[in-house]
Parts: sequence; C-alpha cells; structure tokens
Amino acid sequence: MSTVTGTPGTRPSRGPLTDLLTGGGRSRRVLWLVLAVLVLVSAVRVISGEEALTSSSTIAAALLLAVPIALAALGGLFSERAGVVNIGLDGMMILGTWGAGWAGYQWGWGAAVVGGLVFGAAGGLLHAMATVTFGVDHVVSGVAINILAMGIVRFLSELIYIDNPAGGGAGQSPPLSSQPPEFSLPVLSSGPDLLGSLEERGWFLISDLAGLLRGLTSDVGVLTVVAVLMIPAAYLLLWRTAFGLRLRSCGENPAAADSLGVPVYRLKYIAVVISGALSGLGGVFLVFIANIYREGQVGGRGFIGLAALIFGNWRPGGLAAGAGLFGFSDALQLRSRTAVVALFLLVAVLLAVVAVMQARRGSYLPATIAGVFAVAALIGFLTIQQLPAGIVFFTPHLTTLLVLSLASQRLRPPKADGLVYRRGEH
Amino acid sequence: MSRLRRAGLALFGPALAIVVALVAFLIVIALIGKDPINALRVVTDLGDTPSQQTQSIVVILNRAVPLFLAGLAVSIAFRMGLFNIGVEGQYRLATIMAAAAGAAVALPAPLHVLLIIVVAMLVGALWAGIVAVLKVTRGVSEVISSIMLNFVALGLASFLLTGPFLGSGAGASIVTTKTIPESGWFPGLNGVLTGLGLAEPRSELYGFLLVAIVVGVLTAVLLKRTRFGFDLRATGLSPSAARASGVDARGMVVKTMLLSGAVAGLIGLPELLGDAHEFGTEFTAGLGFLGIAVALLGRNSPLGIAVAALLFAFLDRAALPLQFADIPSSVVTIIQGTIVLAVVIANEIARRLALRSAERAASSATSPPADGAGGGGGGTPPDGGPDGGRRAGTPVAGEQQGAQA
Repeated sequence: MSTVTGTPGTRPSRGPLTDLLTGGGRSRRVLWLVLAVLVLVSAVRVISGEEALTSSSTIAAALLLAVPIALAALGGLFSERAGVVNIGLDGMMILGTWGAGWAGYQWGWGAAVVGGLVFGAAGGLLHAMATVTFGVDHVVSGVAINILAMGIVRFLSELIYIDNPAGGGAGQSPPLSSQPPEFSLPVLSSGPDLLGSLEERGWFLISDLAGLLRGLTSDVGVLTVVAVLMIPAAYLLLWRTAFGLRLRSCGENPAAADSLGVPVYRLKYIAVVISGALSGLGGVFLVFIANIYREGQVGGRGFIGLAALIFGNWRPGGLAAGAGLFGFSDALQLRSRTAVVALFLLVAVLLAVVAVMQARRGSYLPATIAGVFAVAALIGFLTIQQLPAGIVFFTPHLTTLLVLSLASQRLRPPKADGLVYRRGEH
Repeated sequence: MSRLRRAGLALFGPALAIVVALVAFLIVIALIGKDPINALRVVTDLGDTPSQQTQSIVVILNRAVPLFLAGLAVSIAFRMGLFNIGVEGQYRLATIMAAAAGAAVALPAPLHVLLIIVVAMLVGALWAGIVAVLKVTRGVSEVISSIMLNFVALGLASFLLTGPFLGSGAGASIVTTKTIPESGWFPGLNGVLTGLGLAEPRSELYGFLLVAIVVGVLTAVLLKRTRFGFDLRATGLSPSAARASGVDARGMVVKTMLLSGAVAGLIGLPELLGDAHEFGTEFTAGLGFLGIAVALLGRNSPLGIAVAALLFAFLDRAALPLQFADIPSSVVTIIQGTIVLAVVIANEIARRLALRSAERAASSATSPPADGAGGGGGGTPPDGGPDGGRRAGTPVAGEQQGAQA
C-alpha cells in the first residue's frame, strides 16, 4: 500500500507544490477545476455585485431544475450503454408526466411516482419492442414515440379530464391530492441556520460556499435526494457489477457478448424499459414542481437530457455535470435578469484564458477569435443593464453550447450504439 | 414467378402498415365507445358539395407543401448521416427575418418575392451553418448543438417579434410583424383549379406549391445525378470509405448543412407569402419536428417524402371534422405516430421475408440462377449500395433487377 512511489509508471516527483497541483490523476484535476470555477464565479459575484449568482435560493432552484434533466439523461445512459439510441426520451417523459398527474390527483404523491414510472416504462417497452424485436431504426422508433406520446396524453386528457368533477381539462389534470415531504439539515440550514448567516456576510468565497451548501441542504425534497443518489448508484450498477458489464457489452459488441452467452435481447429490453422508467420519473418531478399535470410541461427537456448525456460522454458523472450546468444557468435566468449580465464577465474571463493558452501554443487564429469575443463579452457586461426576456430565456442553452465548444471534445459513444443487432446476421 | 413474389414483398410493407394503422384507429375509436365506421367515414369524407371537396383538397395541399419542404430539409442531412433536429429553429428564425425584410422594402412584385425567398434561405442556411462549423472545428455533436440552437432561435424570434420587428399595435391580442406589401405576395393557384373544371374553393391554394415541386426535383437531381450528391450519399453510407476515396468530409458537412438549412428556410414561406403576410404568435409551429417523421416515413427520397407529406396533411385535415363529430382530434396524432412505427416495422418484416425466400432459393438452386435472363447476372456488382436505402436494400434491388430484364 505505502510503496506507491516505487512502482514503475508514476512520474518522478517535481516538488511538493507541483505534485499537489497536477499529481493525483483525473480526480485531482477535476477537483482543481471545480475549485477554480468556484473562485472565478465568486470573484465575478464580488465584482458585479450580483448576489443571485451564488445565493442559496438560486442553487436550490438549480437543483430542482437539474434533477428532471439528469433523470432523463440517466435514462438515456442505460439505453445507449446497451446500444439502443433513445430519441424517444422526450416522449417517455411526457407519458411520465401524464401518469403522475393521473395517479397523483387520485391517490397522492406516492401513487404519482408509481404512475410516472409505469407510464414511462410503457413507452420504453414500446421502444424496446420496435428496436430489439423488430429491428427498426432506433431514430425512427424514437421519433414515432415522441409523436405518439403527444397524441396519447392529449387523447387521454380529453377522455378523462373533460367533465371531470375533480377539475382539469383537455390540457391539464386536477391538482395532486398530496405533496411529497421535504426536509432541511438541522443546525446547518434550519434551526440556528449557520450557513444562512454565513451566506449573508457577503465574504469572498466563504459566503459563496455557504450559499452553495445551504441551497443543497435546505428544504430538499426526499425524492430529490433519491434522484441525486441515483447517479452514483447508476455508476456502481453499470461499472462495478456483472450485470452492468454484460449490459455495456451489448452496447459495445453485441455479437461477441452473444457468443459468450450474454442474453443480448433480454438485456436490451431491460435497459430500455429502465430508460423509460427513469425518464418517466423525470416527468414526475416536473409534475411535483407545478403540483399539476399540464400539457407542454416537458418543454423539450427530454432532448436536453439527451444533450446532457452526450455532453457527459455517456458517463454518469459527466451527465450530472451537464445537467447541473444547465440547471444552474436556467435557475439564474429565472431568478434574475440582471444576474445573467454578470455571466458576460464570466465568459469574458474564460475566453481570455482560452486566447492566452491558444496564443502560447502558437495557434494565432483561434487566439484572435477568442480574444475578440472576450472583448465583446466584456463590453457587453459594462454596457448592458438588463437583457430582454426573449434573450434571457435561452441562457442555459447558449451556456451549454459555449461550454461544449470551448471544452475539448473527446467523446466516445458506445461502439454499437444505434446499430440494429440481429442474431446470426453479423 | 419469383419476380412477382419480389414485387409482392415490396408492396407488402406499405400495405401491412396501412392495415395496422387502420386497425389501431378502429380500436382506439371503439375504446371510447364511438362508432368506428362512422369515424372512418368522417376522416375520408372530403365534403358533400363540389366546392367543399375542392376546399378539402386545397387544405390538404396547403398543409402538405410545408411538410414536404420540412421533410426534404431533414432528409438532405440524413442522407449524409447527419441528424438535423434543428429544422424547427431554422425555419422559425428564417420566416421572421424574411417577414421583416419583406415588410421593410418595396420592390416590383417578382423581385420582392425573390428577395424574401433569398433572405429566408440565407438565414436558414446560416443558422444550420453554425451547427456545421461547430461540428467541424470543435467536434460538437450536431444533435446537441441543433437542439440548443432551436431554443436560441425560438428565444430570438420572440425577442425580435416583441421588440425590433413589432408591427401590431399596442394591446393587440395577437402580436405580429408588419404586414408585407402586396407586391411581396405569392399569387395563388385557384385559377388553375377552376381552369381544370373544379369548383371554386373558399381558401387560396398556395402558389408556393410550384416552388416546392421545383425544389424537390432539384434536390432529387442533385442527390442522384451529380458528383456532390454521390459524395454526400457515399459519406452517409460509409464515412471511412468516402474519406479513403478522397471526399473532403469536413467540407461535405458544411455544404450539406448549408443546403439543409436553406431548404428549411423555405418551410414557413408558403404560409407567409400565400396567406398570413406577416409573422406572429399564431404562425404555424412544430413543422420542423413533423418534418423528421415525414422524412423517415418517405425514406429520405423526395418522391417518398411527397407521399408522406400528403398522407400527414390528409390526416391533419380530418382533425376538425372529427372534433365536430365529438371524437377527440388527438386521434390524428396517434395515427400519425402509429403509421411511422408501423411502416418501418412492416418494412423490416418484408425484408426478413425476402431474405428468407432468397436464402431458400439459394440453398435449393445448385445450378445457375434461373431468372438471370439478361446473362451475366451473377457478375453484376451488388446494387442497393448507393441507393441510400440500407434497410430497403432487398426489395428495392429486386425491383431494379425486374426493371432491367
């Protein structure tokens, strides 16, 4: 255990400070990156005076908005790791919202969860039947499910909610009969509320950290905690168990998996049904936020979940980061239109860093482009007071796109993702 | 005889799909306790008087034109293996820009219309071009970037509509851009209809139908008869093989997306130039997403897309009469989804049947194949390769051989 220094392959020590900064491999680098982002955001908050940037209410809203997207992305993870592309996430999420609304108004929040899971899973089952049993092109099936889901929920609503004594109509359900429970961490966020008082001091970094922690620990729904825990759970299930290895082998090389006795068809079925159930659960969260099922509630979040999945390189940690980024910028634009302007400063700093790095590497054209945009963003920050509503609306989408185009792209989808596997035809 | 069977198998797919969709429709109607036969009559009944019938035909055609253009835009990218999910944003942004440009200038009629079309195509192409540039230079997946740009386009459009391009008065319930002057309107085709001896319909048949046909033919020629089209299809079938034969993959991505976006820019124009003459909150939305379904249903061939667009438009027309007959009009959406799914499943079953019969024929015939009447049939290179229809391979190839002999 203790003789790590002697093993071949590790680099020679370059002094304690360098080791601290660059050693330790991937996880250490991620840690530093997170810290750097925190310091940067904190600095931007102090300079621009936009407290909403790291306030606990923003963070709490971000968590609430990120969870449905993360669940959809998690659904996509199961499906695509088993080799089935799932464009139908959005449709399954729509089915989930309807199921949650229908079961929730009659029997309360527990039934809403079950209803959402079952309806989502039904969508997944349809996708599995089409793609695995009938070998249909995965994109076609997914698109068809998106259309079907929209038709089915509208149809069912017209059938059940019109003239329903409990309320509702062609576009919405009656309100849920009970709300899921919430809790706050004692001492830290409730009672004496240590974090809250720290947050109000406005200290550089410390108050930001307090805001972040308080947002994550006060008034958190029990289900939110469960949903967040599902991300490490999915990692353990897919990467640390035999079941997970077999499931992923279906997405990498189904023929080889089949030859080793892995039940490819069955595993694909299981994966896609889980995928539908998780997207449906994402829909349940949307229903909980509004306390009602409403048509158009999903608003393309299934597609954004898909984007988060690709953003995260088909890995649980990555998709959580993608969903978190999206949720944060979405919360920011919802809470404060002026705080979005502060993001310009953030972008300016980031682009300036990119410009310097590119220039040092000797690629002057990208450096110039990044520099020009950095200056433009800085000017934007200094001159614009408040952005119009239409522009602010797409902050999260543009942020995701910006981060994607700045980050290095070393994506590796599962090798057999989207390919139709027929036993004996390969 | 085997040729007959092949043709039968090729027709089997669509026929089965129609039967499945029909059965699904009847079951759904029966489930809600209505008379299925009556519902079917409502869907297929175009009207009692000649004028009503022409009116229905005009409604169907007017709906089919934008659907066709949307399907075409999606299919161009699909042929190359790119999934342009961003057609929705491309056409919305292009339409509002074109509406604003058209309202801002006054030109002689043909030039005015031309200007609006050019602006729409340019905006659509540029918006799709962002996706291509991000993919080529930064490796961003076109699926993510086009989804995100959809939202950006919708936000921009709503900002432009309520801000710089606002034309309707304050307090109006429907917010619109300024109206395009009459020189920028596209003449309708009702003269042609009455010339054909049909009754005068209530609404105007979009003259843009002709433009859509021209665009469809041009696209078909471009994809089938030019070097560019060959490169595009080859890259879609096998990127590595295309690159090995000297196709500039990055350049192809940019060109294909520009082309797809330019066609996407046209989607809103039939309505803008033929009917609405302004862009507003009531402007038809969702055509880009329906275009994906239409393209897939039409198997990415311009002719197939036209058929699929007509089918979707036919079903969409039934929504209103169904509502009058006290049947939820959302049945139409369910049927559309079922058809998309049923067609591909039926095609797959047909393909498997064809494969099985071919295998049986191969195992039974130890002598040279009996139907090689043209001679040298065994030595022909495998066709179906550059046809683009991977899954359609067997039936299509069968038809072609049949046509040769």
